[in-house]
Amino acid sequence: MFDHNVDQQADSEGDEIAISVTHATKVFGRRPKEAAKRLKQGATRDEVKPLGTAAVIDASFDVRVGEIFVVMGLSGSGKSTLIRMLNGLGETTDGAISVFGSEIVGTAPAELREIRRTKMAMVFQHFALLPHRTVLDNAAYGLEIQGVPLEERRARAQQWLERVGLATWSDSFPSELSGGMQQRVGIARAFAADTQILLMDEAFSALDPLIRREMQELLVELQQELGKTIVFITHDLNEAMFLGDRIAVMRDGRIMQLGTPNDILTDPANDYVAQFVQDVDRARVLTAGDVMEPPRAVVPTSAGPRAALRMMRDLQTSACFVTSSGRKLVGVVRDKDMLRLVREGGSNISDALKPTPSIVSPEQYIAELFELSVESPLPVAVVDEQNRLIGVVPRVTLLASLTNLPTMTTEIPIIEPTPDVPRAIITATLDATTDGNAAPGGSSSLAEGSIA
Amino acid sequence: MITRIPVGQWVSDGLDWFNSTFDWLLQLITTVIRFLVEGLSDALIAVPYPVLILALALIGWLLRSWQLAIGTALTLLLIVFMDQWENAMLTLSLTLIAALVAVLIAVPVGILAARNDTFSATIRPVLDFMQTMPAMVYLIPAVVFFGIGFVPGVFATVLFSLPPGVRFTELGIRGVDSEVVEAGHAFGSTPGKILRGIQLPLAMPTILAGINQVIMLALSMAVVAGMAGADGLGKQVVAAISTMDIAQGVEAGLSVVILAVFLDRVTAALGDPKSFKHSALSALRERGRARAQQGTAVPA
Repeated sequence: MFDHNVDQQADSEGDEIAISVTHATKVFGRRPKEAAKRLKQGATRDEVKPLGTAAVIDASFDVRVGEIFVVMGLSGSGKSTLIRMLNGLGETTDGAISVFGSEIVGTAPAELREIRRTKMAMVFQHFALLPHRTVLDNAAYGLEIQGVPLEERRARAQQWLERVGLATWSDSFPSELSGGMQQRVGIARAFAADTQILLMDEAFSALDPLIRREMQELLVELQQELGKTIVFITHDLNEAMFLGDRIAVMRDGRIMQLGTPNDILTDPANDYVAQFVQDVDRARVLTAGDVMEPPRAVVPTSAGPRAALRMMRDLQTSACFVTSSGRKLVGVVRDKDMLRLVREGGSNISDALKPTPSIVSPEQYIAELFELSVESPLPVAVVDEQNRLIGVVPRVTLLASLTNLPTMTTEIPIIEPTPDVPRAIITATLDATTDGNAAPGGSSSLAEGSIA
Repeated sequence: MITRIPVGQWVSDGLDWFNSTFDWLLQLITTVIRFLVEGLSDALIAVPYPVLILALALIGWLLRSWQLAIGTALTLLLIVFMDQWENAMLTLSLTLIAALVAVLIAVPVGILAARNDTFSATIRPVLDFMQTMPAMVYLIPAVVFFGIGFVPGVFATVLFSLPPGVRFTELGIRGVDSEVVEAGHAFGSTPGKILRGIQLPLAMPTILAGINQVIMLALSMAVVAGMAGADGLGKQVVAAISTMDIAQGVEAGLSVVILAVFLDRVTAALGDPKSFKHSALSALRERGRARAQQGTAVPA
């Protein structure tokens, strides 16, 4: 079973389309067709109210194979109606929806059932387990409908119960399980059906926050392992940001914005989305890679202490990163040490090399950067898998990223870390040693003089 | 001066027409019902009463509790010693057959009503009519169609006891959590499978509560059926009224009450087995489950 799914993941590498929705509209009420026609001609939702309630208006998007596509909106925004249009549980008034090339709108019930059986499973907000069946038989439900023989479907369902951590509960009834455990059964049922697409309708909304986070992590883990295509409905923007590869924000039946979590956070399409985004915990959405700046205080190992010192003076910083060939980060040097080296006539900055105090990968959430940032005055270094220095996150950038300011802070002068050694002393030292002779003692008098 | 509208005459004419046109059908129904009721009552009477009482007490214990078993045994013995045993068995037969027919009609109609709003809206006033029409009025066409005896009794009883069966079935199926039904659809199940695998099992407690109501109404009506000449406790009550025989009326009436209590307690327990943890059946089930869990625990 697992091998089969790995193959599917391999297929998903391309930009294949799993679900394609074009101008889909859904109107509840007495004269839905008429209302849909008026909406098409530009009527507003309120104008067609006498004809019916427009739940989804002119929705168009593609869900790519292997992505988590989140539809986010408050209650009444039409998101639950939209997900039910995808598998034909709710009729679509106007427009087209196709799933792997099979048209959903206007398809005969028998054919629709076949598509649901083979292509899309669903997870429900209130779990929707069958209370009169054991956990095992619940997990096997999709397979039962597919006509898999009893022994085989129980074996496969058991495998999935083990995968979601409920191996010992298979003989229990759903009512004996907590909410989080019941939804694990719901997830096992959906994954056991072994369809490429999963529809999840507010799947974690009924759970406690801690359990919810656990389930979100489980889902991401399973998705990465199996490459399923997931359409996830939620009203919680933090959840949307955590799970979504792409997010569609809905309001009053219309899709307001469609983009990556970062797009939506940093470039909201309108006031509504912006207002929504205000409450997001940015520290758990933005990553170091999203906010980092190009590193400037960097010297190669081949550079001498004078070059390092000059750079620190010019950038008004007390330390800089040292990289070897190929920009691999090897450590940091401090201005005090460089000053000493210059005075002593040393030429190899590696002698004064210190380990980099804080290194992160670009995928890490900035929530994890705060502590590192407090521990060291240096900007946090961002390195890739090859240990190449690809960016830095200074404290001020970290702060700016939590506000609605643009996260690239090149216009904001970076004033920290403040130089430990006054600029004049450095200049004097550099001047005094231009000819390559260290002048011990001289610098101190110069320093005293300059301060005075 | 007012013009009298002869509604009664029209209905009477209609029934006459029906009677003569569908004579063959009425004959068939008469034969079948008589066969069923007389067969059952003959069988019940043929069994020696201690055996039957023991069996009924056992049913009470299996489905509900040992207290009910003892109560059943004692009260049924009282019927025997009031010399109403045979009459009670006749009434029981009529009640059970009428309830069976009513359930066989009511449950499918209820299912249909749950699935189709138009049908539901159509039968609702019909059910109201059936339930509120004074019960004895049913006896008139029943006697016209089927003559005197058991069969008109069953006919009138079925008509009168049918509505709660339909209503409870519809209510039960409509009351099944819509998300669970949706889950069935979402996984591609057919409507028939959803009905059998999800809706009916989950609606069963409500449907069984409806069947309990059907049986209780049938029993109350079975007494009225005594007026149409059906043998049994009903006939005793009718005779007691006409002769002002208090003793006979009390004994026959008490027997009806005893039957009613037994049937009600047993059928109520049938619909709600979880509330009766001390019944022999749930004890057996619990033991079976414990053994199954032990069985799975050993290899693990």
